[in-house]
Amino acid sequence: MSTNTPESPTELVHQDDSLEADQTDIELERAARRKKAVIVTIAAVAIFALMWIVATTMSGTIPSIFASVIRSAVEPQTAAVAIAVLGLNLHFGFTGLLNIGQAGFMLLGAYGFAIATTRGMPLPVAVLIGLAAAAVFALLLGVPTLKLRGDYLAIVTISAAEIIRYTGRLSQLTDWTGGSQGLPGSEYRDPFVALSFFGSGSTTIGPLSYQNTGVNGWWIRAVAWSLVLICTLLVFLLVRSPWGRLLRGIREDEDAIRSLGKNVFAVKMQSLVIGGMLGALGGIVFVLPASVQADSMGRAMTFFIWTSLLLGGAATVFGPVLGTILFFSVRILIRGATGAVVPSDVLNTQQADQFSWVVVGVILMLLVIFRPQGVLGNKRELQFNA
Amino acid sequence: MPESKTSTDTTNPMADPAARLALTDTIPNVPGVSKPDPILVVDNVVRQFGGMTAVNVDHLEVQRGLITALIGPNGAGKTTFFNLITGFDRPTSAKSRFGSSEGAASWAFDGRQLGRTSASAVSKAGMVRTFQLTKSLNRMTVLENMMLGARGQSGENLLTCWLKPTWLGQEKVIEDKAKELLSRFKLLRKKDDYAGSLSGGQRKLLEMARALMTDPTMIMLDEPMAGVNPALTQSLLGHIQALRDDGMTVLFVEHDMHMVRHISDWVIVMAEGRIIAEGRAHEVMADTAVIDAYLGAHHDTDLSDDSLLEDMPGAERMHRKAEAHEEEVARKGAAATKEKNQ
Repeated sequence: MSTNTPESPTELVHQDDSLEADQTDIELERAARRKKAVIVTIAAVAIFALMWIVATTMSGTIPSIFASVIRSAVEPQTAAVAIAVLGLNLHFGFTGLLNIGQAGFMLLGAYGFAIATTRGMPLPVAVLIGLAAAAVFALLLGVPTLKLRGDYLAIVTISAAEIIRYTGRLSQLTDWTGGSQGLPGSEYRDPFVALSFFGSGSTTIGPLSYQNTGVNGWWIRAVAWSLVLICTLLVFLLVRSPWGRLLRGIREDEDAIRSLGKNVFAVKMQSLVIGGMLGALGGIVFVLPASVQADSMGRAMTFFIWTSLLLGGAATVFGPVLGTILFFSVRILIRGATGAVVPSDVLNTQQADQFSWVVVGVILMLLVIFRPQGVLGNKRELQFNA
Repeated sequence: MPESKTSTDTTNPMADPAARLALTDTIPNVPGVSKPDPILVVDNVVRQFGGMTAVNVDHLEVQRGLITALIGPNGAGKTTFFNLITGFDRPTSAKSRFGSSEGAASWAFDGRQLGRTSASAVSKAGMVRTFQLTKSLNRMTVLENMMLGARGQSGENLLTCWLKPTWLGQEKVIEDKAKELLSRFKLLRKKDDYAGSLSGGQRKLLEMARALMTDPTMIMLDEPMAGVNPALTQSLLGHIQALRDDGMTVLFVEHDMHMVRHISDWVIVMAEGRIIAEGRAHEVMADTAVIDAYLGAHHDTDLSDDSLLEDMPGAERMHRKAEAHEEEVARKGAAATKEKNQ
């Protein structure tokens, strides 16, 4: 057939030589990437600290803008969205499931929790009911669609999320969901607030000044961000395991994984359910300092979640949290800067707010074009189109 | 599958070429012939796409421990047949849930019925395939690709996977096995590269190595040599023969006749969805049915241009043959009338 057999000495030498060299190359590259991540983190912390110092020590327009940026970064609703983004990251970033209805999972969790509480369930049971509702919803969506191509899940999730929103708004269900008025927070918040051991009064730390417990104080912030940490840890533990490897394999090519004898459907379902339950948990946290409003978790929320995910970097562990914080605080920064720079007869406060959304949209476009892997993503991973 | 496990020792009789020749000598060259020890038995597998019948296999057996090549012209239904028996497609003739199973598709692998099973169940039974269009997992490293292939990983269980100690030990064993296979396939130095950065030929190697991570009883390779350079082909051939010598059954689809002749112990020829011939490579290639299937029954005649026909070197011979044929018919006709008259 051919005289050039692979056992020819030249090839073997080449092989042995480059094995060592390649290893060191890869080590170097890993070290460089780690260094970059450290630099990004230090830079982010430094900018945040600078804004913190300016906001605490000085007064004027700029310090007040910085203060509002910091306030929005630690907002419990930012934490709530971060948890939902962690769930979507499990779906899209790791498993390749196109879920365009994460807000539906949030809303379902919020309704489950709030309705159960108003019917007299204790807090842990109510939370479990919210999570279970999302799990059942995920199963219902997954059974018919996970055997089909990915696009079908996208269509089904976006419409199912809308169905939930419209069902929640039904006037016939006013006794349960409060209809289009929603459920006021006072109806379900008390058991959670009662758990607080922060006491009464209020505390000021730097530019942040809140009640210790209250409706929207330090207690809900502490709980919400602890939950973010716990959920990030959970996702980290899951995706570094062989189960996480299986998820990424499914993202790359389902049929290949099937040919290796793995139950692809079951694993996709597990991912859909866990990510959906994270969405529901996000929804519960989202409504604790506010009220359950069907329209607050509609399509717009789904797109905020997606933007945060892409901003931070899909298929990374900390990307979702970083992306969410950036998304909400940068918008406040843009709004504040616009308000300060542009005279109010050109753009009034409301228009400055709308303008900030426009800029966020433009930033998202630039991001997808010039840095598709997000802030923390690995560019090398995106070079090969599966 | 105890018998397959025992045959992986060094005393595997099929590692001896003479033994293989002796075995294939006893099998007649008939399409759908029964084999002494079939590992795969296929019956009534029909697949229609609309009005077109892509696959129509009445009966086929694959002998255990040999390298069997499945050849045929383009569109013969080889890959569709692969997809059907590995659970990636369902036969049109599949047994319906109700009604009789008369004439329904059925196939057994290693004595296990696989008629209604999913692709992953087929793979778990020990019949593992590769794909014609390589399915490497591009945005994962070569080593991760390999480690996905391993069976029975406790770390793939959702309930325990977050506890690292439950899978760490097994992970090390799997990694060692993966590295050993990678070094056999000359991919070890690529182990931390993304699979998407490999060349087409290297991806073929990776896919084959990954399939071997599952410890299959039978490996099914769909055009393993397509797009692989000659040097690599040579080493791939060596690997495939080594698999057979280790006791594995190999079934592969290939277009390169040279290679088929070189390594296969038995050849099955498909054309227009049917099995048209079986036998050892050189016998099958001399078979007129096979030549007709590949080149067309009238491959040395040009039916459109008569003047060209006159000039062709074979034309005179053909004319003579045609005349002789006419004479024969005339003679027979005359004899028949004579008989009638008597």
